[in-house]
Amino acid sequence: MGGGILILFKHKDLLGLKDITAAEINFLLDTAVPMKEIISRPIKKVPTLRGRTVVNLFYENSTRTRGSFELAAKHLSADSINISSSSSSVAKGESLYDTARTIQSLGADVVILRHPMAGAAQLLAGTVEAAVINAGDGAHEHPTQALLDLFTVRERRGEIAGLRVLIVGDILHSRVARSDIWGFTKMGAEVRVCGPPTLVPPGLEETGARVYYNLEEALVDVDVVIMLRIQKERQQQGLFPGLREYARLYGLNRERLALARKDALVMHPGPVNRGVEIASDIADGPAAVIEEQVTNGVAVRMALLYLLTGGGDRHENDY
Amino acid sequence: MPNLKEKARIIDKDGIRRALTRIAHEIIERNKGTEDLVLIGIRRRGVPLARRLAEKIRAIEGSRVPVGILDITLYRDDLSTLSHQPVVRQTEVNFPIKGKKVILVDDVLFTGRTIRAALDAVIDLGRPRNIQLAALIDRGHRELPIRADYVGKNVPTSRRESVAVHLEETDGVDEVVIMEKT
Repeated sequence: MGGGILILFKHKDLLGLKDITAAEINFLLDTAVPMKEIISRPIKKVPTLRGRTVVNLFYENSTRTRGSFELAAKHLSADSINISSSSSSVAKGESLYDTARTIQSLGADVVILRHPMAGAAQLLAGTVEAAVINAGDGAHEHPTQALLDLFTVRERRGEIAGLRVLIVGDILHSRVARSDIWGFTKMGAEVRVCGPPTLVPPGLEETGARVYYNLEEALVDVDVVIMLRIQKERQQQGLFPGLREYARLYGLNRERLALARKDALVMHPGPVNRGVEIASDIADGPAAVIEEQVTNGVAVRMALLYLLTGGGDRHENDY
Repeated sequence: MPNLKEKARIIDKDGIRRALTRIAHEIIERNKGTEDLVLIGIRRRGVPLARRLAEKIRAIEGSRVPVGILDITLYRDDLSTLSHQPVVRQTEVNFPIKGKKVILVDDVLFTGRTIRAALDAVIDLGRPRNIQLAALIDRGHRELPIRADYVGKNVPTSRRESVAVHLEETDGVDEVVIMEKT
């Protein structure tokens, strides 16, 4: 009856972009397009996940990621609950494994996990029947952030393949950088990374990314600049010279941005440290798409919740 | 998908054209013109049908009726019973529907469940003055209290059969065929 079987997204969990294909990423981004239309409506709600339960399990502080997942679940009519480490049995010393068992018994359909340890989402995915979405595990991956970055770039540029994408900052501690490197590389972009030598992990070239230590060189002719947040809470090991020196060497300002392509996009996963990694006039300027990223994050997470509670491979005509 | 073989070709290109011309006249007659009228095609084949109806209405009355596209996937009532969920596409209704007379357009009216979902989807976009339904084929077997206001052709079928509407825009040919499970 025409159409045929469409590209699948058949995973139980989303743990990282390393594990999924370019076709699957594209399919996810395609599904986020109609989700974004729903967000633009006066009544931002569809009945799709009525009766499903989504658990936000956050072992680290987060405003936008957690809020974004919660809104995504609510727009799709799922019931969502939030469990954060400071206000739950986690504070009483319950292990991740036992918390997972509890969540299983609560009948969750999807668990969204943020955890300081790399691999925590993988551990949880092997323990619960629910779909697990990694919302950041240590310095490992933060796949939904990369998906929203990809969505934003694709929406603005039409195509990701062939673009030059530069990621600047503390690459060593950044799960966003890792997911972005996987995502943009898989989608056919040329990825560059730039940061102080102490904050760029050795062997990064193996991912296909090109490493720069000088921001001016790195910025030449790029289409997209992703500025990472300097995570002050992770700078206790002496790898970091100080905020002022960092801003002087690696901060994005108007003169430096002029080295990139005229229509370059400036992105930031937030929250922004104004005057450190990015000058205020750039963060508020025409090249910045930081607020769009937030909106797109909800759309991408709606698509992911929808696909993980189902799949996406039926004929469109058999209803 | 089960194997289907073509059993009978029940409407050809001219038949589809004539049915749509008649429906366009009926829509104008029943609504006493085209004021506040909007057409919304249900993906997938309701969309080219809605566009053709708009074109015919323009030829008859000389006025343009806006055409929107509705994707009802997120409103289906069987999502929780499916192991895999269907592909979602975009709803494109780029005009306010508050106070409008909405003509929903679909190719085949069968159980009525698509239309139930479409009614919910339309009402989430605003509060129309009324909603009417046009279907090229009504094949019976309703499971909900839903009927069409405009029908191209009533086609009595058995449940073993399926009705396939093929359109130039989506399938390269205009025809309606009855298929039977083999």
